Order: sequence, then structure tokens, then C-alpha cells
Amino acid sequence: MQHFANLLDALSFQPARNAKLRLIETYLAHTPDPDRGYALAALTGALDIPNAKPALLKSLAIGQSDETLFALSYDYVGDLAETVALIWPGRGKGTAQSPALGEVVEKLQQSTASEVPGLLAAWLDELDPTGRWALLKLITGALRVGVSARLAKTAVANFGQVAIEEIEELWHGLAPPYRELFSWLSGTADKPDKHSLSFLPLMLAHPLDESELANMAPTEFRAEWKWDGIRVQLVAWDGERRLYSRAGEEISRSFPDMVEAMTFDGVLDGELLVARPEGGELKIGPFNELQQRLNRKTVTGRMLTDWPAHVRLYDILIDGEKDLRPLPFDMRRTALEDWFKRQPRPRIDLSPLIPFADWQQLSDLRLGSRAAGIEGLMLKRADSPYLGGRIKGRWFKWKRDALTVDAVLMYAQRGHGKRSSYYSDYTFGCWQSGPAAGERLLVPVGKAYSGYTDEELLLLDKWVRDHTVNRFGPVRETTPALVVELAFDSVQRSSRHKSGVALRFPRVHRIRWDKPAAEADEVDALVRLIQ
Amino acid sequence: MVAKIEAEVAGAHAESWLKVLPSGLYCAPGGFYIDPTGPVDRAVITHGHSDHARAGHGAVLTTAETASIMALRYGEGFAATVQRLGYGRSIRIGEVAVTLLPAGHILGSAQVLLEYGGSRAVISGDYKRRPDPTCPAFTPVPCDVFVTEATFGLPVFRHPPDRMELDKLLQSREIFPERCHLVGVYALGKCQRVMALLRAAGYDRPIYLHGALMALTGLYTQYGVDLGRYNAIAGMTPNQLKGEIILCPPSALTDRWSRRLPDPVSAAASGWMRVRARARQKGAELPLIISDHADWDELLQTVEDVDAPEIWITHGREEGLLHALTRQGRRARVLSLIGREEEEN
Repeated sequence: MQHFANLLDALSFQPARNAKLRLIETYLAHTPDPDRGYALAALTGALDIPNAKPALLKSLAIGQSDETLFALSYDYVGDLAETVALIWPGRGKGTAQSPALGEVVEKLQQSTASEVPGLLAAWLDELDPTGRWALLKLITGALRVGVSARLAKTAVANFGQVAIEEIEELWHGLAPPYRELFSWLSGTADKPDKHSLSFLPLMLAHPLDESELANMAPTEFRAEWKWDGIRVQLVAWDGERRLYSRAGEEISRSFPDMVEAMTFDGVLDGELLVARPEGGELKIGPFNELQQRLNRKTVTGRMLTDWPAHVRLYDILIDGEKDLRPLPFDMRRTALEDWFKRQPRPRIDLSPLIPFADWQQLSDLRLGSRAAGIEGLMLKRADSPYLGGRIKGRWFKWKRDALTVDAVLMYAQRGHGKRSSYYSDYTFGCWQSGPAAGERLLVPVGKAYSGYTDEELLLLDKWVRDHTVNRFGPVRETTPALVVELAFDSVQRSSRHKSGVALRFPRVHRIRWDKPAAEADEVDALVRLIQ
Repeated sequence: MVAKIEAEVAGAHAESWLKVLPSGLYCAPGGFYIDPTGPVDRAVITHGHSDHARAGHGAVLTTAETASIMALRYGEGFAATVQRLGYGRSIRIGEVAVTLLPAGHILGSAQVLLEYGGSRAVISGDYKRRPDPTCPAFTPVPCDVFVTEATFGLPVFRHPPDRMELDKLLQSREIFPERCHLVGVYALGKCQRVMALLRAAGYDRPIYLHGALMALTGLYTQYGVDLGRYNAIAGMTPNQLKGEIILCPPSALTDRWSRRLPDPVSAAASGWMRVRARARQKGAELPLIISDHADWDELLQTVEDVDAPEIWITHGREEGLLHALTRQGRRARVLSLIGREEEEN
């Protein structure tokens, strides 16, 4: 990572194009894989790592110094990442012992948001000030060293003594850390197939903060429904086909019907659903029907007829030889519609755009939408190119408001990791009529382990310990006396649960210390919400 | 603690006899200034940089090296009388004993130890703690009041190892062998320091100097500092200068003079290069963080080494250092001395 940092440092001060090329070529020649591949990804904007917020950086730095010295320093230096990099104590452990760039990138990609600060602090200790600056630039997502993607690719072409056009042609089929590219350029492997069938990074959305709508111009956005299936990428070339899940896992095997329909050359982005023709229209099935098809190693004829697969397309990334990702959304949409018109295929259709005049109108449409298969709305900037990752300000998801139900705490278990000393995993139930007349029993409807604050967790944990009536191994049964308002996205039928229903993404919304358990909701209330 | 009580019992606290006047720090019982900003009758000069050493004083007391530097820059008659004092020797001026001790900043740089009425004050002048073959190292001296500079008085200023910066320059030479490397350096101190660092890193080619750097470099070698082979650049053709390292004053980096050179990589050697905005202002393609001042850690270490009961902070980033020392529980205050430019420019 230190060598990469020194490269970025040198690039940031070097105004001349040829000198920048020379610096990058020298780095590529002296750096092993996968580090140089990740460096190339960083320079071409293809590096997909979690973003850290300025507030995190500031708190890390103040923790190492103090508020006054930080403020004086920040005033002088003028840049937050640079101030943090310089104010961090210690001089680092030297080039030989600094973490490798590949290791840093891979660890970041595998970490959860809560693990990032600890990882960062450890690396900041090991790097020198330039190394720290580079790491913070990587993680705040703004390299700004005056190197365009084109320039970086030119350096790669020069390094490999091939034409830049050859690199450009191959580029969309390659993914970081570009091992096949470097193997070819160093002469140890053949030229990669320009129509590689690898997974391309998906464009992802941020949740919409409704208060931000006032600052957003309706004319600059396009709206469509957020379909309630699983997000997929369809990749096909020359008869070879791959169906990828959102995380890049290949799921072609479970969906032979879908694969059969992929008679095109290109890369498409859409939602995988179960859909069947009903009364002349295509009816989308609820999510738990799709669940019957997921993760199947063998697919029976019955599955294909009971739960037919379908993809509703959102976007087109590659059409034949053309990489459409740099084009704005509106142009890609036109291209997608043209593509579809040229040759309609079974099991594939387009996600329709929702016309709207203002946010109020769109909001009303959204509130009215409880139809099967719809999770909410998507807002997409009309001028945005297709960018891999969760880039701020381009795509927004406006999910339906959660549904809620008042349920009774029945069982509790210890949590994982940091929570293992607390009873933080809870099973909740609702009332159902029992066999005898007028009898009511509590039956479980879902498990929740999030949604409460740290203070609430302490209270819940104490309540569980004070009200345990039975133990089954690690599970404690409590007196059915505490009511919790659970939020959830939807309800599905479930044969696995005695109640016959299962909640989707249940989480604690509020603890109803005031509500008697007898007044909690009945399972029937949930059944009515099933699509 | 014991030293402090002794001082209070035995002698007058420095603030009663060491005062800040419009021309600078004044030692009343001796009737002299230290590094005054305007012409005065009597001045003790810590070192030859122009914001500390001026022409036009009546009587000057300083090291022999600093006197030679002032004569070179301002002419032989830079003061009416000049008294040269070697390191470690004391002299009496009025009721004050004055001793000059090494400060490790540049050739001839000194700390000024003043003893009066049982009380001791040390004015550090500009100083650094890193080893430098061009001048003797800073010696911490016990005193009641330590008056320190604070040029790099913020925790963001931690100079990298000198060798690392030199390696950047030498590696750049290998990446761009067809170009010359032009390093902007202050003529007094930095130029000779960079030359010494190059030699220590094993660079043994002749070093080429802009004309303005020749005289002071010659003075260093007269005082026995070995800087290897060096030549003025006058008379060399661009072809001859490919791959060579050339030192010049910072202003020459961007003016017409540099146009005759073969596609120079412009480098600037200064402690300020640590901050990117400053480096960009200089227009340097290759900032080298090499300084003749103590960095943040070295300032704090020096305060600890000297361990005076009271610290006065003069020019630089005074606020940051004041805050840190106060948090340590030390007695510290800022002396506002006008007319101190940031060195290294």
C-alpha cells in the first residue's frame, strides 16, 4: 500500500501528462498482482469499497490528539483526510511492513460497517503520513490526482506495449484485480476474451431521505416500481449464458427456464420474479413463491410450471459490442426499449417508467401501491451513467412504509458476537383461537433481533431474566406479558410456522410497556395483509 | 521544583529583566537586544538568516561563522563593531553573562544563554534536533526560562526521515533519466544541507549550483564542511545537464533562468512541503520535506530535555505549542514578537 501511496502522491503533484504516464508505468512494472490490479481499479474508478463518512475520520483523529489541536491543524491544512493523515501519531512501520493494497481492499470488501473503524485505525498505525493520506482518499471515495480512466488505461497499454484501443475493447469484460489482463500483458497468458462472461458491478441505491425531496427537481428523475424479487444480472455472449445474483453468485443452475430465454448478446440488469399469465395479463407472484425456486440444485418440471421464472428489466449495460454504461439513464432507457422492440422474448419484459409531475403525485402513487410484487419506488437520475456500487445521489429507493403489528414476547436467546452477553434475539407471537371455545393461544409469528436502542436492549435483557418461566437449552421462555410493536415489510404464508404466517424482515419498532398482552394483535390481522 | 525555588529565592525572574520591546527581545541589565528587527546599538545575533540578522547595528556579538555570513551578505561594514564568540565561551556584558551554544539549525547558529542575578534564560533562536554534518548539534542547557521558536508548532508537522526524502529525489532521477532535477533551496543552510544529505546517500556526481548559491556554499567549505564536488552551472550546455541534480534559489524554479535547462523536474526542499496546499502553491512537481527546524515531536522533546520551569514561545505556530505544553501542566506563554517571517521562504 505504501508504494501505491507514493504513486498517488507523485501523481498529485505532477502536472505533465507524459510524466504521469511514466510514473504509472513504472509502478505497474514493479508491483505484483493483485496489488497493481487494485491500483488500476482505484485509478479507473472501478474500485468498489465501502465509503467512510467525514464524521468517522474526524472522531478517529480527535481520539488520537485533542479537539483544540485538531481544530487548529484542520484550519491550517484545509483538507480533512490530509489533516487526519498528518495528525495521526507515530511514523508508521516502513514500506516493508505496510499492509499490501490487495489485503486492504479485500478486507474492506468483506467487512461490515461496524468493523471499518477498527480496521482503519490499525492500518493508520502501520502506514506513514503519505500512506495514511492515500488510504483515507481511497475510503472517502475521492482520489482526485488528475488521472482519468483513459489516462490510466493508456499507461497500461504502454506498459504492455499494446495499443490503447485493445485495452478499451477488453475493458468491460474485465474485473478488478485484472489478473487475466496483466497475465496477457506480461506474456504468460493469451489475450482475454473480450466477451468475458464475468459479472459486472451492479448499480445500487441509497434509501431516500424524504426531507431531501424539496432539493430535488422532479424533472431530473425517473421513477419506476421496485419489484419484490431478487436483483439479477443476465450475461450472454455467443450462446454462453450466465444468470448472476446481486452479489455476483451464479444462479443459472436453479433457473434453466430463464437461461433458455437469454437469446441475446450483452449484459442486462433486472428483477427475477415468479410471473404467470392470468386473464390476458401477466401477474407477478409474491416473494415467497420465488423463494421456492431459490437455491435449488435440481429443478423439477413441477417447479417450472408452478413457479415460472420471469425477469423484469431495469437497465441495459452492454448491447452486443456497445458498452452503454457511460451513457445517461435516459439514453440507456431508449436503447433498452429499442432492444426489447427488436426481439420480444418469453419470460422477459421491461419495468415500466412511472410518469409523474411532482413529488406529491408520486408520493400518492407510492402510498396506493400494495399490489403483489411491489416493494416501493425507485428514483433514478435521468443524467446518470451506470456506475457500479452505491454512489450517493444517483439512485434512490423509496420503500413502502413498514407495516406494524403488536406482538407478545415469547422466547429469547443470546445474541452473537458483542451481543452474546445479552438476550437479544426474540421470538414474538400473536393470538390465535384455540381448540376450546373462547380459548386463545399465542403462536409465534417471527423472530427479531434488531431495531432497539442500546438502552432498550439493557431493559429487554433484564426483563427476560426477571420473567423466565422455562428454559430449553439456550432458549428462555418468558411469561407472555411484554408487548412489542414490530415493523415488517410484508407477510407471507408459511407452512413451517404454527401460525401459518411468516413476517418478512421483522424488527422491533417500539416497546409497548404500557400495553397488556391480552390486547396484542391476532394472527388474523396478519393473514389479512397477505397478498 | 527545587531549581525553581532556588531561582525564586536566589534571582530575579526573567520577566523582570528580559522584555519585549518594539524592536524585539531586550535584555535590560545587558543593554542589548537578541535578533532585533530594526537597527539598535547592541545586538546578540543567533544566526545569519535575514529575519534574525540585519545590517546597521552599532555592536554585534555572534559566532565567527555567523559574522562571516553577515559580512558576505551585507558587506564587511555590516556593523560598527563585531565581537566573535566561540561555542561554550562566556562573556560579561553589563551585569549579564552571555554564552553561545550550538542550536543545530545552520552553520554558526547559536542558542543564547543569559545569566543574571542567579537566574538563567536560554533563547533558542531557530533550531533542529536531527543530526546535520554541516553544523554542531543542539545542546539542551538547564535554565529557568526557555524561550523557544515554534515554526512547526502543530501536530501535523512531523518531518519524514531525511533519507526517505532523498530517496524520492534519487528514484525520480531513475524514472526520468533524460531530465535534470532542479531543487529549490534557500541559499543559506538548506542548500548545504541538501548537498550533505546527497553525499550521505551515496550520490557522488558533481552537484550543480545556481550562481546565487556559490558564495555561501564556498563559506561552508572554508569552515571545513565537506560537500563533495560542486560547480556553478554557468557555461554548461543543456545536453551536459541531462540526469544531473541542480540546486537553485526557490524563485529561480519558475523564472526564465530555468528555461535553458533540459526539461527540469522541479523539486522544492522545505518543511512546508508536508502540507499539500503549500506544495501546490510552490508549483513543485516533487516536494521534498526537508527542514532545518524541529518538528512537532522534536519541539516537545526539546522542552522535555531542557525541562525549564517556564517556557516562552516566540515565532511560528505558537497557539498549538502553548496548548500542548499547558495540557502537560507546564507554565508556558506566548511572546508576541513582530517582524518574524516564516523561515525557509
